[in-house]
This record gives sequence, C-alpha cells and structure tokens, in this order.
Amino acid sequence: MNLSQEVPLSWFLLLSAALFALGVIGFLIKRNLITVFMSIELMLNGVNLSFVTFAHQWHAVKGQIFVFFVMLVAAAEAAVGLAIIIAVFRARATLAVDRIDLMKL
Amino acid sequence: MNVVPLWLIPALPFAGFLINGILGRRLPKWLVTTVALLAPLASFAIVLTAISSLLGPEDGPSPFPFVETCPFPWINAGALRIDFSFVLDQLSLVMLLVVTGVGFLIHVYSVGYMNEDEGYARYFSYLNLFLFFMTVLVLAGNALLMFVGWEGVGLASYLLIGFWFQKTSAADAGKKAFIVNRIGDVGFLIAMFLLLANFGTLTFTEVATKLGMDPGWNGGVVTVIALCLMLGAAGKSAQLPLYIWLPDAMEGPTPVSALIHAATMVTAGVYMVARTHVIFDHSPFALGVVAIVGAATALFAATIGLVQNDIKRVLAYSTISQLGYMFLACGVAAYSAAIFHLMTHAFFKALLFLAAGSVIHGLGGEQDLRKMGGLWNKLPVTFVVTTVGVLAIAGIYPFAGFFSKDAILYAAYLHGINGKILYSVGILTALLTAFYMSRLWYLAFMGKSRSEDVHAHESPVSMLGPLVILALLSISGGWIGVERFGKFLAPSVGARAAQVGGNPHMELYLSIFAVLVALEGCLIADKYYRRKPERPARLAGALPAGYKLLANKYYVDDIYGAVVVRPLLGISKFLLEWVVDVALLGGLAWLLGGIAVFTGSFLRRWQSGNLRSYAAWLAAGAAAVLLYLLFPWATAWADSLNFILKAAGH
Repeated sequence: MNLSQEVPLSWFLLLSAALFALGVIGFLIKRNLITVFMSIELMLNGVNLSFVTFAHQWHAVKGQIFVFFVMLVAAAEAAVGLAIIIAVFRARATLAVDRIDLMKL
Repeated sequence: MNVVPLWLIPALPFAGFLINGILGRRLPKWLVTTVALLAPLASFAIVLTAISSLLGPEDGPSPFPFVETCPFPWINAGALRIDFSFVLDQLSLVMLLVVTGVGFLIHVYSVGYMNEDEGYARYFSYLNLFLFFMTVLVLAGNALLMFVGWEGVGLASYLLIGFWFQKTSAADAGKKAFIVNRIGDVGFLIAMFLLLANFGTLTFTEVATKLGMDPGWNGGVVTVIALCLMLGAAGKSAQLPLYIWLPDAMEGPTPVSALIHAATMVTAGVYMVARTHVIFDHSPFALGVVAIVGAATALFAATIGLVQNDIKRVLAYSTISQLGYMFLACGVAAYSAAIFHLMTHAFFKALLFLAAGSVIHGLGGEQDLRKMGGLWNKLPVTFVVTTVGVLAIAGIYPFAGFFSKDAILYAAYLHGINGKILYSVGILTALLTAFYMSRLWYLAFMGKSRSEDVHAHESPVSMLGPLVILALLSISGGWIGVERFGKFLAPSVGARAAQVGGNPHMELYLSIFAVLVALEGCLIADKYYRRKPERPARLAGALPAGYKLLANKYYVDDIYGAVVVRPLLGISKFLLEWVVDVALLGGLAWLLGGIAVFTGSFLRRWQSGNLRSYAAWLAAGAAAVLLYLLFPWATAWADSLNFILKAAGH
C-alpha cells in the first residue's frame, strides 16, 4: 500500500506544521513549566513527522535515522528537564514560569 | 708579545660584582672584602704584566697595538660588522694603570671608610661594577663597545651617587647626574651614526685609516662628528655647559667621589677625545671649540671654587677646573700633555678627596670648612698628605701637578695668537687654583678649631695606607717628564705638535713664571686666612654682588631650572599629562565606555529575565531566518546586512 497515493504529501506537512505551531504557541503562552516542557515535545514531534514524511517520499533512510536521534535526545532532555523542574519546585515552591526570573539579577 | 688575556681585566671585577652583588649579604664581611679587593688587584697585576712585556729590547718590534677580538661578531648585518674587540696600546695602557691602580687603592681605602655601613657588600659590588665598565671603556677597540662602557660607568656612577638613597638629596643628585649625562650621550650617539654613515665602521683604527687616505675629509661632516663627540665628552667630563651634575655628585660616599668623580670616570671624556684624536685633527674648528670650552670651564669652575664652604664641593669645582685644563690641552692638539695631566690629576685629586674623606671620617661626618680648623695636630698623617696634594694641584715644583700643568700651559702658549689668550686664562686659573686650595688647607688644618664638640681622630691604617701611596705618587708622578711621556704615547695619539718658536729657555721662563703665580696664589690665601682672617668677610661685604654671584654658582642651576627644567616639566604636565593622558587616552576610554553604557541602556531591556520573553525572541529570530531563506525578495534589508558583514571581513 502506498500511503502517498491515497493521502497527499502536503497533508502530512500541514499536520507537521500545525503540531509545531501548536508547540510554539504553547511554549510562548503557557505559564506552567510542565506545560511549557510538553510544548517542546510537541515541537520535536512536529519536526519528526516532516522528517519521516520526506524520508518516505524520497526513499532516503537518513531522515528516519534523524528521527531516532531526535527521539533519543528528547528522552534525555525529558529526564534532565524533569529533574530540573523538580529541583526548581523544591527551591521555589512554584512552577509559574514568570516567577522563575532569577536569570536577571 | 706574550699573550696577556685582556678580557680578564674587565672580567675579574665583573665576577667580583656578581659574587658580592648576589651573595654579598649572606657572606661574612672578610670574604666580601677579599673578593672586592682581589678583583681590582688581579686586574692591576695583569696590566703590570702587559708593561713588563714592554721591557724587551728597545728597537725590537713594538708589541702595540695588541688587539684581542672575540671570535664571534657582536653585530653582523650586511657590510657592517662590529666585534667585541679590546685594544691595548700605549694610551689604553696608561689609562688602565690609572684605573686599576688608583681604583685598587681606593678599594682598600673604602674598607676602612665604609666599615660601619650597612650596605658594605652592595657598595663593593657597585665599585667592582664600575671598574668592569671603566676597563671596557678604556679597552674598547670600537666606538660602540666604548659606548657600552660609557653608559655602564654612568650607571655605576648613578648607583654610587645615590648610594645613600634614603637621603632625598642623594637620590636627586644621582638622577641629575644620569639625566645630564644623557644629553651628552645623545651627542656620542649621533657621532656614531655619522661615523657609520660616512665611514661604514666604528673601529677607531679603521676610521683613522680612512681619514688618512683621503685628504678631502676636512671640515664639514668631520667637524659635526667631532663636535658631537665633544658634546658627549662634555657630559661625561663635566665641562661647560653640562658640568652641573658633578658638584651634586658629592652626595655619594667620599671614596666614590675620589674614584669616579675625580680620578677615572670623569676623565673618560678626555680619554675619548684622545682616542678619536684623528677626527679632531681633521677639524681645526672643532679643536678650537674644545680648547675654548676647556679654558672657559677651567676659569669658570675655579671662580666658583673660591667661595664654596663644603670641603668636597671645593674639590668638585677644582676637578671640573682641572678637567678644563685637559680639554684645553686637547684643543691645542697636545694630547700627550692632556693624558699626562689626566694621570697626575688622578693621583693628586684622588689623594685630596681621600684626605677630605679622612677629615670627614675623623670629624664624624662634618663637611663644612667653617666648622673645621686646627686639625693639623689631630690628624697628622692626613695633614701631611693633604699638604702634598695641595702643593701638587697648585703646581709647585717638583710635585706632579707642576709638570703636567706646565706642559699644558707651554703647549697653549705655542699655539699661535689664540694660544696666548688660552695661556693667560690657564695662568689665571692656576692662580685661582693655588688660592682656593690653600684656602681649603688653611681653613681645615690651620688656625683654631671653630667647633667645640669635635673629637677628631685619625683614620685607620687601611685608609692611611692608600693616602701615603697616593701622596708619594703625587710627588713623583710627574718626574717622568712630558717629553718622555709624550714619546711613549706618540704611537697612540701622535707626536707632540710641532712647537714653532719654542725653545728650552722660553719653557724654563714660563715654568718659573707659573710657579711664581702659584706661590702668589698661596701667599694671598695665607694673607686672607692666616694673617688677616677678617679680610674675606670684608671683601665679600665690599663686593656683595660679586660674592653673591659666586656663592650662587653664577645661578647656572637656577637658569637651567627656569629655562630648561621648568618649561619641560610644564610641557610634560600640559602636553603629556593633560592632553595625551587625560584628554586623549582618558577621553578615548570614557568615549568607549560611554558608547557601551548608552547602547547598553537600550539593549539591557532585552535581558528581562523573563523566560517567555526570551522564548518569544527566539521564535521571532527563527521566523526571521526562515522568512529570509524562503522569500529573499521580501527581505532586501537582510541583503544589505549581509553586505556589511562581508565588508567587515566575514
């Protein structure tokens, strides 16, 4: 079964773009640190989708390998990021992004 | 000639300098003394072996000039090659004898004089350093190596004048000597540049050969070279107009004044003129300048010496005056007479300074002649040797000074019409010299003690020994006679100038006249300071303007202060401190800082600390890049940015 014959390529890309845009918007407007964090995952997966789409389209396996790398890095990032979030919560007793403003003294 | 290792002559004092300079404070005192005395003694011994090689058959081949060159060139650039080369000839031999011989005696004297001083090892390391540079200066076969010694003795002089640097006056005097000498050094440097440009060599013998080959070298650039050399010599040998540092140099320990500022270093200028005499011989004008500067300095310094009350300052002005004699001799091309006087002067002036040091030592640091008096029975040895020194410098027969001063005056007298004027100035100076030296003698040793709390004591043997030896030299140093001395020096400095119109009778009459003049000077001093001691004060009262002029040393220091130092300081203050430092450099710093602060006042709003604001800018930036990549036509401004980055070298 050839997916691209049934569903046009642009649909995959539009979905990918929509996922990425949702991730960006969520990253920018959400105030809870965990939600922001999830938005990043959303962006990564949006990108992943376009990687596999193009890999499938052009029969290039490189794109698929990139996806594995992205997933790997995302997993590592999730582990580190969650640890940081827990540490921040312990120290500040809040997860509101706007109140974590110690980067400017 | 059997080989004398010339390089050892400077190397040994240098080793002494290193040992005492680095380890001196940790070594026991006797070891410091041994090292310090062995170095000049060994150098002196080497010089003596060089003399012994002269004692061969008289008609045999002359061993001089004996040249020793380091196998490796010092500077080797294109056609220019400068070696570390030492030359031993009659001229440098005489100088070396004086430098190492008198130098050694003064080292011995210093053992007693500086015994109590905390900086004992430092003192001797400096003294050895001085001997190192002085022997390099004397032995140098080319002008550049001589310049090394030249600067080095200046450094040693600076260190030793400012030896008691805790005293502001001593530190200032050291600086003054160093800075005034720099002015002369500029002349020496320019002379070397001109030598290189015109002759392509700095080696003395090669310059002489090239000058001799081409009779066209007369006047012009040769005169300029000679005058520049004379400027250097005037700085080092304290001649007009650069003599002002020498009286202040008396702030140093007295043996230093004897060694550096009387016997050896200050004669380096005379030595340099004699060494480069070929250049001077080709420029009658420059020789005339040398003679006039010498005669003027001799008279000028002698008049100031009349009224000084510090025993060392009297001697300092007399040194300047005697150096003037030597330049006068150089100026009438009587180089052998100049070197002859240099040698005898080294003996009797070192003697006088060391005797003055003995007096100062005996009186616990008192230098004011007005507070001395009646010391002849308290310091008997010092009294006797000072008497010898005074008679020698006054030019009384048969003391050393008589022969050399007479040779100079006779050479001047025979030097045409102008020579008669130089001769008159010289005779007048001789009168003044005899007067002020006798004045010193009367004030210090005769009459009644003018200070109650003086418990004068004679100096230790280590100080009296050198005094006695120098006294013997001051008596006998001139007996060799300028004829034989000149004949010995002739291969180095040329035969004595043809003495037109000279005859033995005239020489005899002139000698008798000179001695009578000197005796007259002594008699006047006798009248003023023994028989009628109230006269000097009355005379000063009768001629207040003249006395003030002399007592203030013709206001030369004040004039230099007003004309040179103050404007220079003012310009430095205005131009360097205010314009360059504050306005330019400070302004630049403030401008850069201001730009950073100004732009920062806007840019820092970016750095809000708000995470979401950073994220928004990040997204906006990514969007902008994307936009640029996708729609180049819509982002013309980015092209211009790209252009700027390229122009900036990206």
